[in-house]
Amino acid sequence: MTTLLEVDNLSKQFRGLRAVSNVSFSVPEGAIVALIGPNGAGKTTTFNLIAGVMPPNEGEVRLAGRRLTGLRPDQVCAAGVGRTFQLVKPFGDLSVEDNVLVGALHRRPRIADARRHAVQVLELLELGPKRHQIARGLTLPERKRLEVARALATEPRILLLDEVMAGLRPTETDRLVEVLRDLNRDTGMTILLIEHVMRAVMALSSRVVVLDHGVRISEGAPAEVVADPKVIEVYLGSALESGEEGSGP
Amino acid sequence: MTTLFDQLTARGRVALGLFALALLAVPFFADGYLISVITLVLWFAYVGQAWNVMMGFAGQLSLGHSLYVGLGAYASAALFVHFGVGPWAGVWLGMLAATLAGAIIGTLGFRFAIRGVHFALLTIAFAEFTRIAFDHIGWLGGSGGFFLPVGDAAGANPFDLRGSPALFYYVILALTFGALALCRRLLHSRIGYFWLAIREDQEAAQAVGIDVFRAKLIAVMISAAMTSLGGVFYAFFYNNLFPEQIFSVGRSIELILAPVIGGIGTLFGPIFGAFILTPLAELVTWGVESAGLDMPGIKQIFYGLALVAIVVYRPEGVWPWVARHLRLVHQPGDQPSHRAGDRP
Amino acid sequence: MPLDFYLNVAAGGLLTGLVYGLAALGLSVIFGVVRIVNFAHGELMVIGMYAAVLAAGSLGIDPLLAAPVVAALLFAVGYGLQRGLINRFIDRPDHMQFILLVGVAMVIVNGLLIAFGPDSQSAQVPYAFDAIEIGPLLLDTTKVYAGVGALAVAALLFLFFRLSLTGKAIRACSDNQLGARVVGLNVERLYALTFGLGAATAGIAGCLMTLLVDVRPQLAPEYTLLSFIIVIVGGLGSMGGALLGGVLIGISEAMAGFLILPSMKSMFSYGLLILVLLLRPQGLLGKRP
Repeated sequence: MTTLLEVDNLSKQFRGLRAVSNVSFSVPEGAIVALIGPNGAGKTTTFNLIAGVMPPNEGEVRLAGRRLTGLRPDQVCAAGVGRTFQLVKPFGDLSVEDNVLVGALHRRPRIADARRHAVQVLELLELGPKRHQIARGLTLPERKRLEVARALATEPRILLLDEVMAGLRPTETDRLVEVLRDLNRDTGMTILLIEHVMRAVMALSSRVVVLDHGVRISEGAPAEVVADPKVIEVYLGSALESGEEGSGP
Repeated sequence: MTTLFDQLTARGRVALGLFALALLAVPFFADGYLISVITLVLWFAYVGQAWNVMMGFAGQLSLGHSLYVGLGAYASAALFVHFGVGPWAGVWLGMLAATLAGAIIGTLGFRFAIRGVHFALLTIAFAEFTRIAFDHIGWLGGSGGFFLPVGDAAGANPFDLRGSPALFYYVILALTFGALALCRRLLHSRIGYFWLAIREDQEAAQAVGIDVFRAKLIAVMISAAMTSLGGVFYAFFYNNLFPEQIFSVGRSIELILAPVIGGIGTLFGPIFGAFILTPLAELVTWGVESAGLDMPGIKQIFYGLALVAIVVYRPEGVWPWVARHLRLVHQPGDQPSHRAGDRP
Repeated sequence: MPLDFYLNVAAGGLLTGLVYGLAALGLSVIFGVVRIVNFAHGELMVIGMYAAVLAAGSLGIDPLLAAPVVAALLFAVGYGLQRGLINRFIDRPDHMQFILLVGVAMVIVNGLLIAFGPDSQSAQVPYAFDAIEIGPLLLDTTKVYAGVGALAVAALLFLFFRLSLTGKAIRACSDNQLGARVVGLNVERLYALTFGLGAATAGIAGCLMTLLVDVRPQLAPEYTLLSFIIVIVGGLGSMGGALLGGVLIGISEAMAGFLILPSMKSMFSYGLLILVLLLRPQGLLGKRP
């Protein structure tokens, strides 16, 4: 498999605090890779560095060989990166359909064309029946799916999903896992996800990258990573518990 | 154009049609006073519509829109007085000046990430700065005022915009309907959806590929250009311009009353707001006067109370509420073609 | 032109600027804690001016002596305004808060217009034409009193926030609203107290201002904008910044009015505001967000 996204030696400091230091990993075309780690490990910062929200102090990000670092977030999106926000950011006063339409307009300038595409994406995320509702009125699980739909509507080459399972009930998690897996299988969509819910990580990802205190401490297949003593020591012991909390006994 | 009013119910369309017909007929039955009052109402509706593009659609609060009114007014008046060039040519210079000013303010504000209230203060600062500058431009009359030769009030010379109240009335009516149609088009265009997205959440808008800086700049420039047309009308209607009046913060605030009361971000809000506000203010003034009282600021007090009441009790404006209760627009769930982003 | 002359103009500007700074301090305190931009600040200040003029005219009380009473009056106005109206706007969008206060300002300024008419009124003090000589400087007594008074009130305010329990609670509130709630502080009450304090400060600044200028309702929006300019130039939430900004604006206005044209003096203030907004949006003494 060819490499789609390359994160090369990325570092970011906030007022002397190293949030991310020398992190490197890559995401092969068509793969689902998970980025995990305890709170404050630098996962969301890494996402923001990839998405162009802020510039790194060192290192760079490439998409299919093209340098993304230095681009604005909208240019990163244009280059083919779709992202969601951990704290969902729906366009609250717009309808669900218009939320996704805005994303679709990025590559489809004609309204009618973009609207057709938006409706398709909404069907995919099982939000079809909700499309005329105002986004503000959606439940949290629905808003999470709306985030995914809006990012997907921009027709990215890679989707960055920031904790889209957080706050979902186990059945909802399984449903979303299935949707994402279908998406990956049917369209070959590459996905990089930050996730706390281990159930989803184990079910979805082909590779897992583990961060702790801004440093990459482990990488490999899910089963390998779970068995890595370093990972167990810093993270998995507690995270597994909290991640599985939602699924009950 | 077929989609121009598609969110209106049949009843809404009839109401709008009757309203438009009534407006067209006004000069045939109204006296001079009533025509001048409705002209003023339409002027506020028009300029409010222009302001709404920036605040209601793109979410950028401007409290310095008097700047664009003033630039349009002075540019066209200067061409007319000094070079004999009529307003229909002067309009272009006015729009150019205002668009340029909007571009400068927008570029500075948005490049340096000045947001919210700070951006509003920046717009005030530019308007005030310009006001004081115009006070000292002798060529344009300075603080003593700039006067256009008064035309023949009985005739009608549409080319120089000189003539009877009815002529001015139809010009501002055409501008108002033109602005409504333009805003409807804008709101359903790509840039319109981009504006709404930015208004709702700038970060999320950027994440879906919207060049936020460019989109906001376009909003300011369109709003400024539209507003400057209102300035051209103002100059030829009143025939006198004083920097202290036309560029003042008070004027900027007057401009936002109609859309705020009617409904920020709605298409009919500015028109509706202007039509309820001005007559009510006239009524209050009349009431106070007939009670034998002399209260020079009573109209402004009424406006101030109206602003407070609206943001406290009905922040989305009066129009959406009225339209909902009189069933003039489709409700969410009414019919599948309804789209929530269209605030009629 | 001799240097002494410039020094005199600058010193006069500095003293006036301290009063501007005090008014701006009130605005800054309100913004720093309540996060509300008080668009009616100049209006509150002009209420203070009229109160002082009335006290001087009808009872013969010196504006300096009337200041504490005026402060109490405006504290009540500010407290009531925050409690009754603004508190419910804390979590509303910026522009809604702004429009609310624009409405309040319109009501106040036109209420003053109805009550007192458009013409200027002044407070007569026996030392209106006296001067104090300090080295090469010959300063109007009124300006010295006003400037020193402003400095004293600013110092008191500073001590209140540093030393008193309520002051500390208010600061805690401004640092972390949620945290303040968690430890049991009544945030709504503290906000109302803060708005009251800010209004009282504006009222005192108004009293001092009557020593320097005649009052008319139309001063209100001018002072509102002036206070904004000062706060932004000095740095939002910085008490020292407000005073520094006031002094800067005071001196530059005096110099510009003297060297160029009095009517163009505020152009410099607006020019300064635009420059600061663009080059140092956090203000001269403000911290980067």
